[in-house]
Amino acid sequence: MNQIKGTDLLVKALKEEGVDLLFGYPGGQAIDLFNSLYGQNDIEVVLPRHEQALVHAADGYARSTGKVGVCMVTSGPGATNLVTGIATANYDSVPLVCITGQVPTNLIGNDAFQEVDIVGITRSICKHSVTVRDREDLGRIIKEAFYIARTGKPGPVVIDIPKDIQQAYGSDEYPSQVNIRSYKPSTGVHEGQLKKAVKILNASKRPVFLLGGGVKIAHAQEAMTKLAQQTQVPVITTIMGKGAIPTDHPLYVGNIGIHGNYASNTAISQCDVLFSIGTRFNDRITGKISEFAKNASIIHIDIDTASISRNIVVDIPIVADANVAITKMLEYTKPLDTKDWLASIQTWKDSYPIQMNRYPGLNPEKIICQINDMFPDAIVSTDVGQNQLWATQFLSLSGKKQLLTSGGLGTMGYGLPAAIGAKLGNPSQPVIAISGDGGFQMNLQELATAICMELPVIICILNNSWLGNVRQWQEMFFDKRYSATCLRYRRGCIHDCKNPDKCCPPYTPDFVKLAESYGALGIRVEREEDLKAAFAAAGKETKRPTVIEFLIEPEANVSPMVPTGKPLSEMVMDC
Amino acid sequence: MKKRWISLFVENEVGVLAKIAGLFSGKSYNLQSLTVGETEDPTVSRMTISLIGDDVTFEQIKKQLNRSVGIIKVIDFTDTPIHMKEILFIKVKGCSHVEKEEVFRIAQVFGIQVTDYGKNSILLESTQTENRNNDVIHLLNQSFSGRLEVVRGGSVAVEAISIQER
Repeated sequence: MNQIKGTDLLVKALKEEGVDLLFGYPGGQAIDLFNSLYGQNDIEVVLPRHEQALVHAADGYARSTGKVGVCMVTSGPGATNLVTGIATANYDSVPLVCITGQVPTNLIGNDAFQEVDIVGITRSICKHSVTVRDREDLGRIIKEAFYIARTGKPGPVVIDIPKDIQQAYGSDEYPSQVNIRSYKPSTGVHEGQLKKAVKILNASKRPVFLLGGGVKIAHAQEAMTKLAQQTQVPVITTIMGKGAIPTDHPLYVGNIGIHGNYASNTAISQCDVLFSIGTRFNDRITGKISEFAKNASIIHIDIDTASISRNIVVDIPIVADANVAITKMLEYTKPLDTKDWLASIQTWKDSYPIQMNRYPGLNPEKIICQINDMFPDAIVSTDVGQNQLWATQFLSLSGKKQLLTSGGLGTMGYGLPAAIGAKLGNPSQPVIAISGDGGFQMNLQELATAICMELPVIICILNNSWLGNVRQWQEMFFDKRYSATCLRYRRGCIHDCKNPDKCCPPYTPDFVKLAESYGALGIRVEREEDLKAAFAAAGKETKRPTVIEFLIEPEANVSPMVPTGKPLSEMVMDC
Repeated sequence: MKKRWISLFVENEVGVLAKIAGLFSGKSYNLQSLTVGETEDPTVSRMTISLIGDDVTFEQIKKQLNRSVGIIKVIDFTDTPIHMKEILFIKVKGCSHVEKEEVFRIAQVFGIQVTDYGKNSILLESTQTENRNNDVIHLLNQSFSGRLEVVRGGSVAVEAISIQER
């Protein structure tokens, strides 16, 4: 048996796990790790400009490829900068393995330079976290980390490796098998429960499928589309589930939730069977919980037992991977007579479509529809806030097209780095980040990463010069008391400004010049007529990113909306 | 809301206790007592946890525990025949001679051991159910309020041997 260093075993392990790219940022306690990565050609190391962006990039890579995203950073601040990204991945069930350097074991607990208890810090926001305390455990721990990250309900795993373990010589063997007695994810499906569920479905007059992110994580889109077709049951999605069946499918109704469409929310309120798969009934989708799908029998399939009957008490719980369950259901289901029900839904869709006609000229709907027209197979990431909500309202999704968004944690700054990760994993597909002017500035340093990695991602900044989503709430529920949401604000401004928009200070920064200073293409679009040309110019770039700044109506709102605490049936149609 | 008991088998590893304690505090579950110790297999620890909660919350707690990496098995002891004991130390301080006699009588009636003895104080050791220990404390508090020092160990529980085996 050969004796090799811990860091060399790690590199060997990564190769055996099929890792060909990782996101890393070096530092004192990670220098040995990076040394072992040097001079080999199997694993490419990407150097983002901030560890938060690093983990979002790994997240975008993982979501868009289905592979495990790998992060490697140093101890202390390197590790703590991962925290937001780990929580983001955890909420949206994204498989990551995050390797952090740590001070040598004899210094742990000593308040040594750049020492933090990252395992303790991340315990509640990751699937599993562990410090390697013995060189002989290293191989097993890495093997288990990849297994835990990608199986069951996927999620991030943190492996903290002290410097002396990195340097220590030990076995070069990397295990081929995993056997964790305290982790046995469910792989099958209880057929009796499933048959019971199908029986209820078959007897219903007004059924709906409600699909969450779990359907996409399980890669069940194809089976799900078949199931919808086979049963003729209309499909409603959460934001995370959007794309579970093609959005242009005749049975697709739209998104549910506080910014969902009228037809979806009404259908949920009036259905007699709610067949939900891979959603955890987050408060953003249920509205007032006691009124949610009040008259319906509720069936819930989820891989995570803890997601079932947590927020909504369900009649038929089924613990299973979405793809396994849906594929099985194809054997039992038959066409239902849903003609009248589908006709009612169509009437609601026609009566209250989501549109932004009240904002003439350049508006977010037109920008996103232009993306739909020109980039039918793009991977689109969003930031968080109005830009995200508009994207989830107007983006069409079918075929290879994907939407990457921080749905659970709602992390601003996610969009650009996630796009970078997605482009690295899918070099032949166009990748577009839709961002606001606020969120973009949380990780704009990643323009450098995109330049250095020669990535022609298209970054759309919907610039309304506000933290727009909070401003919308302040307008609707706080009497326009625009506290700390104006991005034009300067110290000389009056304090009770209601946005007269007359003599506001200039916006900073100049995004076009900023893009150019990085070596990216910068375009400013102020008129609807220039939309197409801007995207066409961006589409021609092959080695560098394009930043397109869209100057949109400052006070454009996201409509419709269910105010907090109200049932889904009480939507404000025009905010 | 009712009193619940859980027995947990967990990996005997650094951080597992913190994980479980963190899960209770982070999700605002109300933990009443928690004991932990190694089992016949030194790689496994066993915990006895008590809490008060409604059915829905309790189900959720069990599910959350069950899915945590590091937790091998979750057993609900709430409606299971079990044997359960808690160790309790009570030091009664500032006692007169007559009072000491009273403490001895209480000890005798409740089946409590007197483990230490001084000029003015007595140390009692009680290994009984949690409820019985509550009664002892309540009783002593009536006569010796402000003069008690109470240390409780938290309950440990094990399933009863089934009737078929007897």
